[in-house]
Amino acid sequence: MERNKLFRDLRTSLIIAAWFSFLLFPLLVMKVSVTSGAALVRFRWERLPGIAVAAFALSFAWRRALEWNEARGDKPSGAGPIAALTARARSALAVKPIRLSVSAVLLAVVAVYPFALGMYHTNIMITALIYVILALGLNIVVGLGGLLNLGYAAFFAVGAYTYGLLWKYAGPAFVAAGVDPGWLFWIALPTAGVLAAVFGALLSLPVLRLRGDYLAIITLAFGEIVRMVLQNSGAVTGGATGISLIPRPWFFGLRLPPRQAATYIYYIAVALVALTVFVVRRIEDSRVGRALEAMREDEIACEAMGVDLVRNKLVTFSLGAFWAGIAGVLLAAQTTYINPDSFTLWESITVLMAVVIGGTGSIPGAIGGALLLKLLPEYFRPLAQYRMLIYGIAMILVIIFKPDGLFPRNRKKYTFEGAPSEGGASPAADGQEARR
Amino acid sequence: MSATDPILEIDRLSMIFGGLRAIDDVSLHIREGEICALIGPNGAGKTTIFNCITGVYRPTEGRVTIRRGSGQREAIQGLKPNVINRKGLARTFQNIRLFGNMTVLENVMIGRHNALAAGVLRAIARDAATRDEEERLIDDCRRILVKMRLDPFINETARNLPYGAQRRLEIARALATDPFLLLLDEPVAGMNPHETKELEETINLIRDEEKVTILLIEHDMSLVMNVSERIYVLDYGRLIAEGTPDEIKGNPEVIKAYLGE
Repeated sequence: MERNKLFRDLRTSLIIAAWFSFLLFPLLVMKVSVTSGAALVRFRWERLPGIAVAAFALSFAWRRALEWNEARGDKPSGAGPIAALTARARSALAVKPIRLSVSAVLLAVVAVYPFALGMYHTNIMITALIYVILALGLNIVVGLGGLLNLGYAAFFAVGAYTYGLLWKYAGPAFVAAGVDPGWLFWIALPTAGVLAAVFGALLSLPVLRLRGDYLAIITLAFGEIVRMVLQNSGAVTGGATGISLIPRPWFFGLRLPPRQAATYIYYIAVALVALTVFVVRRIEDSRVGRALEAMREDEIACEAMGVDLVRNKLVTFSLGAFWAGIAGVLLAAQTTYINPDSFTLWESITVLMAVVIGGTGSIPGAIGGALLLKLLPEYFRPLAQYRMLIYGIAMILVIIFKPDGLFPRNRKKYTFEGAPSEGGASPAADGQEARR
Repeated sequence: MSATDPILEIDRLSMIFGGLRAIDDVSLHIREGEICALIGPNGAGKTTIFNCITGVYRPTEGRVTIRRGSGQREAIQGLKPNVINRKGLARTFQNIRLFGNMTVLENVMIGRHNALAAGVLRAIARDAATRDEEERLIDDCRRILVKMRLDPFINETARNLPYGAQRRLEIARALATDPFLLLLDEPVAGMNPHETKELEETINLIRDEEKVTILLIEHDMSLVMNVSERIYVLDYGRLIAEGTPDEIKGNPEVIKAYLGE
C-alpha cells in the first residue's frame, strides 16, 4: 500500500519533470540572440538536467507533503515536536513567576528597541506596528464577525486624510493663534478614529444582507471609491500629489528632531497596539463578542435568538474601521506625507493576508502575521522582486498545511466549573481551553 | 380580556412564492397554556407558517397578532425575527441550527442576549455591573441546562453532542430567551422511541413549570396524539381540519390527505 503510493508519486513526478522540461525549454534552454539582423538560436543544453531534477524534486516533495498532511488528518497536533514545544511553553507560562519574567523581558526589549537599533530600524518597526493595528482591527471584522472586507484600506485613508486635512486647513490657524501645531496629532487621533468608524457604519448599511463573494465585491468597490474620491477632488485633498509636510507629533510643546520624533512615534505606536489588544480582548470576551461569534456561526439562528444583526454588523464594521483610522493618523505622522497611492487595494489585501496567515480570529495571529508580512520584506530587500511570488507561496502553504494560521486562535470558551449535580457551584468563565 | 382570549392569532394568512400559494388563507389561534400541534403531509406549508410567525418571511396577506399577559393585541407580521423574539416568541429549527463551534453553555448564553444590557463601551470598561451580569448569566444558563437535562454536556462543543441532545439544546436555547410561546419545528425528528418519550415529558414540563405555551410541528403521531390538546391539519397550504386528537383521528379529510383516496 505504502509502496504503491511511493511508486505512484515517483512515476507522477517523473512525468511532471518531463512535462516541465518541455514547457520551460523555450524559456530557459533556447536563447535567441539577434546580431546584425540575423537571429541566432543558442541551445543551452546544460540547463536541461537541472530543470528536470528540480521539477522532479519539487513535485515529489509536494506530493509527499500533501500525503503526510492528509494522513495527519483532523488529529489535534498533539504529537509533533512543535506541538510538544508549544504545550511545554504554555504550561511554563501558566506559572506566575515565569510569566512575569517573560513579559518583563519582552517589555524591556520593546522599550530599548529604538535606542539599541537606531532610526532606520525604528522606522521599519513603526510601519510594522501600524500594520499590527490594522490587522487587529480587520481581525474584528473578518475573524470575529466573519465578514470579508476588501476595502479596509479606505478606513486607513480616512484616518490619514483626517490628520492631513486637519493640518492643511486648521494648521495655519493654529500657527496664527500661537498654538503648537504639534497638538493637531492628538486632536486628529480620536477624530480620525470616530470618522473612520462613521465610514464603517456607512459601509455596513448597503452590505447588511450580503455575504461571501458579494460582500467582498462591494467592500472592494467601496475601497476603490474612497481612493478615487481622494485622488480626484484635487482642490480639497491635493489630488494625486497628496498632502505633504504633515507635522510629527510634538513632545509637550517641543518640536523633536526626526530621530527623536521617530522614537516618540514608536512609543505612541506601541501604546496604541497595547490599547488595541486590550480593547479587542475585552470585546471578544463579552456579550457583544459572543453575539459576533454566533453571527458568524449561523445568522438565521442568531437572529431568531433575538440578536439584532443590523446593529451587530454596524458595530463590527465601525469597530474595525476605528482602528484603521487610528493607524492612518500614525502613518501620516510617521511619513509626514500622504497621497492616495498609499491606500490601494493592495494594502487591504496585505492586511487581510496578515490576518489569514497569522490565524483568523486570533490576536497573536494578527500581531504575528502583520509583523512577519511587514518586517521580512524589509530585511530581505534583495528578494524584493520576488515578493509577490513568496507571498503567494506562503499563502498556499499556510492554507494547506496550517489552515488555522501560524498562531491559531485559542478561543476562550465559557465553561462551567463545579460539581454538575450541585446547586450553588461557583461559576467560572476563565477556562482557557484549546479549540477542538 | 378573558384567559381564553388567544395569545397568538393568525388571521387569513397567505404566503405566495411566485406562482405558488404555499399558505392559502389559513386562520388559527392558540390559547394560553395550550400545547397545539400543526401537522400535515410533507410540503403542506407547516414550516412556512412558522417562518411567517417568526419573521423569517413577510406574509403576503393576513395578520398575525399576539397578546402577552393582559396587554393589548399587537400585530407582528412583517417585523424582523429578532424583534419578534424580543416580544416573546421563540423557535427551534427543523434542520438543527446550533452554533456548532461554541459550547453548550455558550449556545444558551446567546439565547440570553436580550436579557443583558452591556454594550461595547461597558464591555471595554467591564465595570462591576457588567461582571455581575455575566456571573448571573452563567447561573441562569446553567439552571436552564439542568432543567433540560443537558448539564452533563455543559462544557461540550455543541457539534459533538449526540443528536437527541442537540435537539434539546435547541429548545434550551429558545427557552433562554424567556418566551411565552415556544414554536418547535419537528422536535423529535430522528430520535428513537426512548428519546421521543423523554422529550414528551420535557414538553409537558415546559408547559407546566415554565408556563410556556407550545405550538409544535411534528410527524411523529404518537407524540402529537399524546401531548397536544388541539391539532391543526394542513394540506397544500390549506387548513383542512382542527380539533382534539380523537376528532382528528376520525376525520375522513385528514385520512384522505395522509393516505390518499
